[in-house]
Amino acid sequence: MARKSSTPAKVVVTAAAWGIGFLIFFPILWTILMSFHTEGDAIKSPFEMLTSPWNFDSYAEVQTRSNYSLHFFNSVVISVGSTLLALVIAIPAAWAMAFVPGKRTKDLLMWMLSTKMMPAVGVLIPMYLGFKNMGLLDTRTGLVGVMTLINLPIVVWMLYTYFKEIPGEILEAARMDGASLRSEILYVLTPMALPGIASTLLLNVILAWNEAFWTLQLTTHDAAPLTQFIASYSSPEGLFYAKLSAASTMAIAPILILGWFSQKQLVRGLTFGAVK
Amino acid sequence: MATQHSRLAARFMVAPSVGFLFVWMIVPLVTTVYFSFLVYNLLHPERQGWAGFDNYYYFLTDRAFLTAVWHSVALVVGVLCITVVGGILLALLLNLPFWGQGVVRVLVIAPFFVMPTVSALVWKNMFMNPVNGMFAHIAKGLGLQPYDFLGHAPMLSIIGIVSWEWLPFATLILLTALQSLDSEQQEAAEMDGANWMNRFIYLTLPHLTRAITVVILIQTIFLLSIYAEIAVTTGGGPASTTITYLVAQQSLYGNDVGGASAGGIVAVILANIVAVFVMRMIGKNLDA
Repeated sequence: MARKSSTPAKVVVTAAAWGIGFLIFFPILWTILMSFHTEGDAIKSPFEMLTSPWNFDSYAEVQTRSNYSLHFFNSVVISVGSTLLALVIAIPAAWAMAFVPGKRTKDLLMWMLSTKMMPAVGVLIPMYLGFKNMGLLDTRTGLVGVMTLINLPIVVWMLYTYFKEIPGEILEAARMDGASLRSEILYVLTPMALPGIASTLLLNVILAWNEAFWTLQLTTHDAAPLTQFIASYSSPEGLFYAKLSAASTMAIAPILILGWFSQKQLVRGLTFGAVK
Repeated sequence: MATQHSRLAARFMVAPSVGFLFVWMIVPLVTTVYFSFLVYNLLHPERQGWAGFDNYYYFLTDRAFLTAVWHSVALVVGVLCITVVGGILLALLLNLPFWGQGVVRVLVIAPFFVMPTVSALVWKNMFMNPVNGMFAHIAKGLGLQPYDFLGHAPMLSIIGIVSWEWLPFATLILLTALQSLDSEQQEAAEMDGANWMNRFIYLTLPHLTRAITVVILIQTIFLLSIYAEIAVTTGGGPASTTITYLVAQQSLYGNDVGGASAGGIVAVILANIVAVFVMRMIGKNLDA
């Protein structure tokens, strides 16, 4: 039964909610707007900027003055690559823990999560020196490896909470009906597990895309993803607001779109199933 | 129906994950512990040997250490207060019926998906810059003196930026929890004459307790390791160096490997104290 609410009250709530939503979103909106103006106009007062001519010059300039597509490519390779690798390692583990739980399954899950809580600075020196010795500094391979390990506990946990909801009886039923192992996996398990795997993939690509500790520490240029590329604007030369806006807009747009699709899974995934 | 056979298979399936994580956690950590007891300075390769607890002594008695701990506490507690209180208020508002709920939700959640380096630089330049920032333009429009946020109040400014990044997360979790609130119970309380204040304190807040705990604990993990926001806004400095940032700086730009390793281990110990609480809480929820 829906709660009754009078129209005037609804108007007030609508105005307040839209107002606050607009304020929270405003920095992003402003960055997008600024990216369509010239450097000279970007530092003018807000009203003057909005009324100055619109153009795509900053986007063109970001492309020509820096190798933007390289950094974008690095971000895609690192976030998608590390997530896929983590899925390959984690799916069997989460599967086994959900369907053949042992006495220590819970402890094992907790231990995996605890690795996530170890501060990265505690292992920065050996990682850095190790990467240096193995020639992995500023390589995509090295970063994919680190990001896989960073996300592995979350991937296992998310898959575990999804797999646990698949009723085990359905497997037995299929087996009773004479389904072979192959058709059991293909026609019963996969369709039920896919949504969970897809949500896990989505959320972890987002997390890896935005990760800004190891990507800043272990890359300089060749393997630098967008986090590192954007950070180079912290010590710029000359006017750079419009270029920073354009680069930022391109860096966050794909993940904003993915993120909006993953809202529901986000709550589950990030709270390890504690809030649904 | 778990047979001996399937148990064995399960063990093989779990092994790779456990193995990788074990190596990832233990090898670097043991190396850091080892380094932390060594005299290991890149500028003085001739000096070698055991340092005992000297590295720890120097790190812990350095004045920068206590300041950094204080900054870390200020950052974590400050952001938690803002995001939890703000998140509850915002979730209560967004849970009311209004037009365009879907769109507003999308607007509110957006900052969470912005990478840390982008949000920090956008706030630093487009908003907080004392000459060309939005706030400076507004101040000038009102005839006021523009304020140099990051120059005069770096820690508060960083808390503001990080709160903007995490408010959406708190709001989204709390809103999800609110939506499972029993509306009949609310109506019954309303009919019995409970005003909105009483309904909030005795019905809504207890219902939200679990979600609030989850928000606090998960945010703490992420907030303790904040790095990029400090690196691109102030680049540390005496007024905004947290413990994470201090150790990272010493690790990468200092030459005292032994000292920086001791700092890393101190950071691990401090984080573990926090982590114990997190594990307990999530462990309880696992049973539910």
